[in-house]
Amino acid sequence: MKSELSSQENWSLVIVPQRGLFDLRLRALWKYRDLVMLFVRRDFVAVYKQTILGPLWYLIQPLLTSVIFTFVFGNIVGLSTDGLPKFLFYMSGTVVWAYFAGCLTKTSETFISNAHLFGKVYFPRLAVPISILISNLITFGIQFAFFLFFMAYFALTGSDIQPNWWILLTPVLVFIMAGLGLGFGIIVSSLTTKYRDLRFLVQFGVQLLMYATPVIYPASFVPQRFQWILQANPMTPIVEAFRYAYLGAGSVDMPKLLYSFGFMLVIVMIGITIFNRVESTFMDTV
Amino acid sequence: MATVISVENLSKAYRLGQIGTGTFANDLKVWWAKVRSKPNPLQKIGEQDHGNRDGETVWALKDVSFTVQQGEAVGIIGRNGAGKSTLLKILSQVTAPTAGVVRVKGRIASLLEVGTGFHPELTGRENIYLNGAILGMSRAEVSRKLDEIVDFSGVEKYIDTPVKRYSSGMYVRLAFAVAAHLESDILVVDEVLAVGDAEFQKKCLGKMGDVAQKEGRTILFVSHNMAAVTALCSRACLLNNGNLIAEGEVRPVIERYLSAAKSVDRIPLAERTDRRGDGRVRLTDVRLLNDKGDLVEAVASGQDIRISIGYCSMDGAAPENVKVGIGVYSMNETFLLYCSNELVGTDFKSLPPEGRVECRIPQFPLTRGQYNLNISFLIKGILADWVPAARGLQVVEGDFFGTGKLPPAAHGGFLTLQTWEASSASPLRDGQL
Repeated sequence: MKSELSSQENWSLVIVPQRGLFDLRLRALWKYRDLVMLFVRRDFVAVYKQTILGPLWYLIQPLLTSVIFTFVFGNIVGLSTDGLPKFLFYMSGTVVWAYFAGCLTKTSETFISNAHLFGKVYFPRLAVPISILISNLITFGIQFAFFLFFMAYFALTGSDIQPNWWILLTPVLVFIMAGLGLGFGIIVSSLTTKYRDLRFLVQFGVQLLMYATPVIYPASFVPQRFQWILQANPMTPIVEAFRYAYLGAGSVDMPKLLYSFGFMLVIVMIGITIFNRVESTFMDTV
Repeated sequence: MATVISVENLSKAYRLGQIGTGTFANDLKVWWAKVRSKPNPLQKIGEQDHGNRDGETVWALKDVSFTVQQGEAVGIIGRNGAGKSTLLKILSQVTAPTAGVVRVKGRIASLLEVGTGFHPELTGRENIYLNGAILGMSRAEVSRKLDEIVDFSGVEKYIDTPVKRYSSGMYVRLAFAVAAHLESDILVVDEVLAVGDAEFQKKCLGKMGDVAQKEGRTILFVSHNMAAVTALCSRACLLNNGNLIAEGEVRPVIERYLSAAKSVDRIPLAERTDRRGDGRVRLTDVRLLNDKGDLVEAVASGQDIRISIGYCSMDGAAPENVKVGIGVYSMNETFLLYCSNELVGTDFKSLPPEGRVECRIPQFPLTRGQYNLNISFLIKGILADWVPAARGLQVVEGDFFGTGKLPPAAHGGFLTLQTWEASSASPLRDGQL
């Protein structure tokens, strides 16, 4: 029971009832980096096996969504797109949003969908959410390349789009989104071990949250008295910044981006702390 | 020799029923204590009652301490629910203990269930890598051992086929092969030998023996198979109701287990908690009677006996279309006999809400020894109650053949009626057909 004892001898592993709040075992996670990569691979290989179109689905999803959005919101409803080609406007929004939503929904299922695995073997549980971030990042890469292809097409056919140096900010924007998705996702996944309702809330909530983010409309289009909702949403500055950097409409607002960044840090800290609490005993409650 | 595992005062409590303490204030208190790494203030300690229940908390392990030296193979034995699996789960870090400390030197690998993390869509080769990584191997390590693993598993031809196309035997062989080739210092094994064919089981046992003796690795082995424990282990720990009640040389501990198994009878059947079924009916007692209907403690081989099973319906309804089954098991859980009213065509269309069913067995065929009866009670094909080792069955030597003679060294095995005759029909000689 005495912790002094453990320091006298060189035990390689000490199992105690409760770990410290911030004992994240990042070193153990690093040791299991091969596992993270194999999880990523598994997700990719397994998902589209026995499908006819296979990996083409990565392209069909954003394409169809953008087409539908263009038709419904652009042509029928007639929402403003800040003067950008409608298709590009919606595609930039959906591709960026899909990354955040994918990270969030997938990580939120960490414990539930891996219960059989977690119940049998120990490995750092964070390996699962991190592998999800990476596989979603690859998906995002593919879809974003697809977006760039359309961008080039629109540019060549004479549309008025102005990519600029803010493009260099892309990795930072992706990083913030990944962090937000991870943070929210693992908070939900930790809580779902006790309260299953949260799973439904997430699927539904992510959809609703999209409407509080300038995905299908430009931020400038929102009336002043509702602006605060938009500005409180940490995803708003990111979507806007993406659009500004690649298409030239929208805004890059440093203080707002810093707000998103800070928000992300806090959420990730809270998430990892709760996750860490839950992972050691969740098998008893699932 | 160096101590590689040291377990000190290890306890694990499971809460029954609802999760949470019931009130938000108590939840907060517990949480605040946790934040400061203090023990749970609402957890009762020091209480011990029958079956180790403290209100709603069940102690799966209580104050268990032992040490394991390098290169030892230690068998962990005990009845179902004794805490063996909980102990292994804590050792392999699947769940955290409630109190106590475990210290380990070296890398621990657990084989709680072979094939964990196998993905049906991936090929055998991909699964070797994935499973290896889950068990803690690096990619390079797996690559180095790949040939050996594939060779051991005997599925070379199908290594690039998705494992969903494998037979269950191939699946298990591949999974065991991965785990057995893991470079760990301590191997934790739970009942892997329950699967696969006899030949492969032998191979696994052999491999584990090699691991312990030749490679100097340490093994913790949980099993119901006493023969396997005896063959493989140098030491054994006996768990009962979460307590470590015996530890030491394998043979004496196993004997203790076998004799302790009898004491299960002392818990009234109706109060046993290791039962399954939907609970519409509860088995209350199992009596052993001779052919005259007198209660007996033991039966003799060859005796006509009756097994009388008491039950009562929990919802007051009369059970319909009942099937009662009696399984007879040896002490090392080998299945020997099965009796059921359905087998002999006796229908229990409707039984009284409370009552007894009786099975008569003429000329009881088992030889001297200690056995267990598992009893199941099904209503319309759905399990209503099932209790393992609902009653012990002691069989003493009896005059089965009416000759006063028995097979030599009769321990274990069956007796059967037989007749012999001799004639002058020509014997078969070499080369003749």
